[in-house]
Amino acid sequence: MDKFTKLSGIAAPLPLINVDTDMIIPKQFLKTIKRSGLGVNLFDEMRYDGEGNEIPDFVLNKPQYRNAEILVAGDNFGCGSSREHAPWALLDFGIRCVIAPSYADIFYNNCFKNGILPIVLPQEQVDILMKDAEKGANARIEIDLEAQTITSSDGEVFSFDVDSFKKHCLMNGLDDIGLTLEKAASIKSFESKLASERPWV
Amino acid sequence: MSPKTLYDKIWDAHVAHEGDDGTCLLYIDRHLVHEVTSPQAFEGLRMAGRTVHAPDKTIAVPDHNVPTTLDRAKGIENEESRIQVEALDKNAKDFGIHYYPVSDIRQGIVHIVGPEQGWTLPGMTVVCGDSHTATHGAFGALAHGIGTSEVEHVLATQTLIQKKSKNMKVEITGKLRPGVTAKDITLSVIGKTGTAGGTGYVIEYCGEAIRDLSMEGRMTVCNMAIEGGARAGLIAPDEKTYEYVMGRPHAPKGAQWEAALAWWKTLYSDPDAHWDKVVTIKGEDIAPVVTWGTSPEDVLPITASVPAPEDFTGGKVEAAKRSLEYMGLQPGTPLNQIKIDTVFIGSCTNGRIEDLRAAAAILKGKKIKDGLRAMVVPGSGLVRAQAEEEGLAQIFIDAGFEWRLAGCSMCLAMNPDQLSPGERCAATSNRNFEGRQGRGGRTHLMSPAMAAAAAVTGHLTDVRELM
Ligand code: SF4
Repeated sequence: MDKFTKLSGIAAPLPLINVDTDMIIPKQFLKTIKRSGLGVNLFDEMRYDGEGNEIPDFVLNKPQYRNAEILVAGDNFGCGSSREHAPWALLDFGIRCVIAPSYADIFYNNCFKNGILPIVLPQEQVDILMKDAEKGANARIEIDLEAQTITSSDGEVFSFDVDSFKKHCLMNGLDDIGLTLEKAASIKSFESKLASERPWV
Repeated sequence: MSPKTLYDKIWDAHVAHEGDDGTCLLYIDRHLVHEVTSPQAFEGLRMAGRTVHAPDKTIAVPDHNVPTTLDRAKGIENEESRIQVEALDKNAKDFGIHYYPVSDIRQGIVHIVGPEQGWTLPGMTVVCGDSHTATHGAFGALAHGIGTSEVEHVLATQTLIQKKSKNMKVEITGKLRPGVTAKDITLSVIGKTGTAGGTGYVIEYCGEAIRDLSMEGRMTVCNMAIEGGARAGLIAPDEKTYEYVMGRPHAPKGAQWEAALAWWKTLYSDPDAHWDKVVTIKGEDIAPVVTWGTSPEDVLPITASVPAPEDFTGGKVEAAKRSLEYMGLQPGTPLNQIKIDTVFIGSCTNGRIEDLRAAAAILKGKKIKDGLRAMVVPGSGLVRAQAEEEGLAQIFIDAGFEWRLAGCSMCLAMNPDQLSPGERCAATSNRNFEGRQGRGGRTHLMSPAMAAAAAVTGHLTDVRELM
């Protein structure tokens, strides 16, 4: 997993609430057995018409947002299916950070496992950044994970909260499994307790 | 000892390690696996030279991609789907985990197979790379969906890195009125709390109306906890739970059964436990409901009319506008005048025997409306066999339904069962998102009895008129 420390990038505005993972990556693309290559199908049904042609109005098809690395969105982003293909598709497109007032739980966790930073901000602040994002390619938003700040293109600074363990893993690109295996002894002793207390498990 | 909720008790019984910041390693008792969200996880294990930590606690079954037509023994035509199912066949074999292949009569939707085979037991932690894992909460098991990286993590370590959620109580008091089912309860709760209302919480459903439900009904309620945003839904185990579990192939037997039962009986929320949020709904206030939009929170009683965007506030105004356009609906249209093209009865929400009984009760001696496409997809091969034995299959067939083999089917339309653009479907599944049942397809969620009623009349219908 790539480390996430600082990011200065173009932010694409997606002012919709309840953007679900079926929208982010429709199920016909879940048939892959790989993690990569999903970026072209990110937001497929909003991005392409029935014939596969780009819909010019869709934000990521606009020239100024083709290289967006940040997505600013509405409430409850990533709801619905648990598919990790959603963060994989975002990442493959080049999105490393999402800013929204709230996320669905599973999607939120899945982001961290893939080097994407999902930032929660109050609605008023998201509104300001949404306006900022609407300015297009000249408006670069800066994110500093260490300092937990976002700087708008006008220099306005917002701070955000993030779980310290998740932050640590993201900043160092750490593999969860490796970290957990360091605690193998705890797992083992739990298992022997389980075998005596709840042997039917 | 301070009073605890059911969630607190199960959580405490599974913490294998707790970090200074409250991040825990939660031990996982059952890991269910299907073909769509697992290939990358197994691949990750192979690449790192790791094995499955507890193969005897890991159960796999293909369901999302499998064809449900009667000729499926011939193989899967779609190459990518076939590769995914073959990958699961191989992974199950290579890593030595329990497996129910497509050819096995016990195959079915993972959330139906788990309880049916007795893998899901009260007080367990159950995870699966699928958001509807919440279903298993009906047994008083802490069950939730995980992503593929977490699937890999559980495979490798049998634990999950978790922080504790908050406690939410959803109480449904009193009795339900005739024609009102578990599906109407769960949809009504989401209608009231919204799709993000449960975010950050584990919900415990309680109250007389919940107690009165069968295990099948309880699974329907918990199944959709995720649509309400919750990490999991729970119902405390009781006599009905024990009765359902007893004698299942993987349920404990003899002395172990007695020991298990003694522990299960301690699994309830203490009377003065602390709740971070409480929602109470009167059972008698719940009507048979349908969804009109593209979010499961877009719920209304069947007696209502299509709302207008102006009826909402905030971001919902824009969302409602978009939903109505997508759904091709005019504000003010009575819901029971909306004509449908297709009926889908099935899914992990409503693909169990009781659901088929409820639908068949409405369909008995009737025909579906001319020109309609209607299918029943039982949740497992065993549900299908039982429905045939009870004569339900014949009722569906006589009415004009297709009688399919088990799988997820048109719940998410990854297999050939899909809606065409503009096609309108009365569905017993759980998601009405744009494109969920096929690009441009329009989904109205409802109970099996309501879907059967719609099949008879050809439009959304108040099932109470046919009872
Ligand atoms: S039936 Fe639908 S919701 Fe349930 S597991 Fe299958 S695809 Fe998911």
